[in-house]
Amino acid sequence: MGNTVLEIENLRTSFSIGEKYYPAVDDVSLKVHENEVLAIVGESGCGKSALALSIIGLHEQRTTRLEGQVNFKGQNLLKLSRKRLNKIRGKEMGMIFQDPMTALNPLAAIGAQIEEPMKYHLKLSAADMKKRTLELLRRVGIKNENRIYSQYPHELSGGMRQRVVIAIALACDPVLLLADEPTTALDVTIQAQIMDLMKELQAQMKTGIILITHDLGVVAEMADKVAVMYAGQIVELAEVNELFNHPMHPYTRSLLNSIPSNMPNKDKLHVIQGIVPTLQKLERTGCRFAPRIPWIPASEHEENPIIHEVKPNHFVRCTCYKNFHFEEGELGEDDHVLT
Amino acid sequence: MSLLKVNDLKVHFPIRGGFFKRVVDYVRATDGISFEIEPGETYGLVGESGCGKTTTGRAVIGLNHVTSGEILFEGKDIAKLRGKEKRLHTRDIQMIFQDPYSSLNSRKRVLDIVAEPLRNFERLSPDEELSRVQALVERVGLNPEAVYRYPHQFSGGQRQRIGIARALTLNPKLIIADEPVSALDVSVQAQVLNFMQDIQKEFNLSYLFISHDLGVVQHLCDRIGIMYRGRLVEEGLAEDIYENPQHIYTKRLISAIPEMDPAKRLEKTHLRQAIDEEYYAGYEQSFDENGRLFDLKKISDSHSVSTP
Repeated sequence: MGNTVLEIENLRTSFSIGEKYYPAVDDVSLKVHENEVLAIVGESGCGKSALALSIIGLHEQRTTRLEGQVNFKGQNLLKLSRKRLNKIRGKEMGMIFQDPMTALNPLAAIGAQIEEPMKYHLKLSAADMKKRTLELLRRVGIKNENRIYSQYPHELSGGMRQRVVIAIALACDPVLLLADEPTTALDVTIQAQIMDLMKELQAQMKTGIILITHDLGVVAEMADKVAVMYAGQIVELAEVNELFNHPMHPYTRSLLNSIPSNMPNKDKLHVIQGIVPTLQKLERTGCRFAPRIPWIPASEHEENPIIHEVKPNHFVRCTCYKNFHFEEGELGEDDHVLT
Repeated sequence: MSLLKVNDLKVHFPIRGGFFKRVVDYVRATDGISFEIEPGETYGLVGESGCGKTTTGRAVIGLNHVTSGEILFEGKDIAKLRGKEKRLHTRDIQMIFQDPYSSLNSRKRVLDIVAEPLRNFERLSPDEELSRVQALVERVGLNPEAVYRYPHQFSGGQRQRIGIARALTLNPKLIIADEPVSALDVSVQAQVLNFMQDIQKEFNLSYLFISHDLGVVQHLCDRIGIMYRGRLVEEGLAEDIYENPQHIYTKRLISAIPEMDPAKRLEKTHLRQAIDEEYYAGYEQSFDENGRLFDLKKISDSHSVSTP
C-alpha cells in the first residue's frame, strides 16, 4: 500500500435548519492511500454525499459548519481560503459527478471543457493542451478522439459523456479522485463499461479514489476498502472481501440481505424495519441503528458507541453486532407514519 | 386462455419536418412485439433506456396510440375498442409508476388519490368510499388515519405503496408496473417487492413488470422478454434467460450485472470483454436487410430467440 493521500479526522459537517445546526456527517475518520479505491456506501440521507462535498469544499458556506480535519498534502483543507482551495480542486483533486448531462456545459465543445482545468492550473501552450486532451480522450476509451474534440455534449451518448467527465477529472493528473455515484444515471451495460474503465485507469495510475455509491454491486466490483455509513456515521469499515464474506454490523448484514440478486429464488427479501430518521429527529445518543432492530435488547448496545477494531483492519461501531440475529418469523410491515 | 395476448404490436411515432411539417419518417418505438401473460403470472419486460419497453406497457393500458397489431385482453381486442366499452375494459388493467414523487398529486389527500378510480367507475356514498379506501390503505401497511394526510408527509416507500393501493382499488386483473422500484433505496425496494409478491397471491394478480434491473427481474418474474430496438430478442422462463441465454445481447445484459463476490471481479471483467468483442463482431448479423431484428424462433417449449 502506498502513501496516505487523504486523512480525515473526526469530521463533522452540520447544516443549519431553522435556528440550530444539525450534523449530517458525524465523527468520520478515514484514510485514503495511493492506488486505493475506498467506497463509501449507504442509503440516501446517510451523509455520504455531504461527506464528499465537505472534502472538496463545495458546501454553501453560510449554512454549513465544518469541524475536524481533512488533511491533504500536509494542509487542513477545512482551513484553507477559497483561493488556496481553488489551486487544489481540479488539479490535485478531481471530481466525477453522477449525471454527466448536468456536469457538462452544453454550450462548450468537449475539447474546450477538458482543456479548461489545464488552462487554469498548468502552464501549457495551446498545442500541448490539445495534444494532452486527445491523449486523455483515448485513455478513457474514446476511439475517434479528433471528431469528439470539437463536438458538443448533446451529440454524445450517456456513456460517452461520462467518459468525458472522467477525462476532465483526470486532466491535471490528480492524486485524489472523488467519484459521486459515477454509474447511477447510466444503463446497465454502460455502467459495466464505465466500471471496467475506471478499474483499468486506476491500475495505470497512482490516484486514490473515493467512490460514493448506494449500490453494493458497484462496491463489490470496484472497491479495495469499504466504509458503510448510516445516519452520518461510519458503522463498519473493512477490506472489500472481508466485508462481503464476514459482514458484522447489523446494518451491513441487513443491507446485503435486501439485495434481490443475492436472493435469486423467490424468497422474501429482508426489510429493515422503520425508516431513516430525518436530521432533526435523529437521536444522537446511543446506537443510531437501535430503533431499526427493536428486538435486540438495549443491553447489547453501547451507551456511547465507538468504533472497535474487532479484527485487524476490520472496524465496527457499537457492540450490538456480537449477538445480532435477524428477527424470527414474519418480518414486520412498516406502518410508521411520518408527521 | 391467457389473460393478455399481444400480437405483433406496433407503436410508431411520426417525425415531422420539412415543408408544412409533413411526416418525414417514424420512430418505431415498438416494432412488432408478441407475448402472452397467464393469470397470476409475472412477465418481465427488460431492456435498456430507449428500447421501447415503456411504450409497450403504455400501449397495453391505452396511453399510447397503437399503430397496428392486437392487444387481446381476455380474448377481446382492446386496441380497437373506443368510448364506453374501452372504459369498461381498462378498469381491469391498472398501472404503477416509476417515480412515487411525481405520480401522486401533491395537492390531494391520500383519500382522494386512492378513491379517484372508485369515483370514476362506481357510485359509492362517502362512508362506503372511506371504508373501502381505509381497508386498502391498511392492506398496504399504512395507518388508516393516513388517508387524511398529503403525499409529502410520507417516505418514498410509503408513497409507492399508496400508488399500489390506488392501482388495487378496482380489483384489477393485470397491473403494469413500470420500473416501480428504480427510484427507491435497496432496503425500501425490498419492502415494495415483498409487498408486490404478497398482494399478487392475495388478489391473483398478473404483472407486466417493466424494468432495466436484471437482479430485480430475476427475483420477481416467472417469464422474461428481452427487448432491443423495439423488438424482442429473446423470451423464455427466468431459468432459460439466466442460465441459458442464447442471444448475444441477452448475454451482454446479464454479464453487465455487477458481480457480488469481490473475489470474482477480475473474471467478470474478462467475461465482459469477451462478450463485448463477440457482440460488436456479430452486430450486423443480428438484423435483416431492413435493419430489423429477426423474428423470434422457438428453441424449446418455453424459450425463443431472434435468429435469421
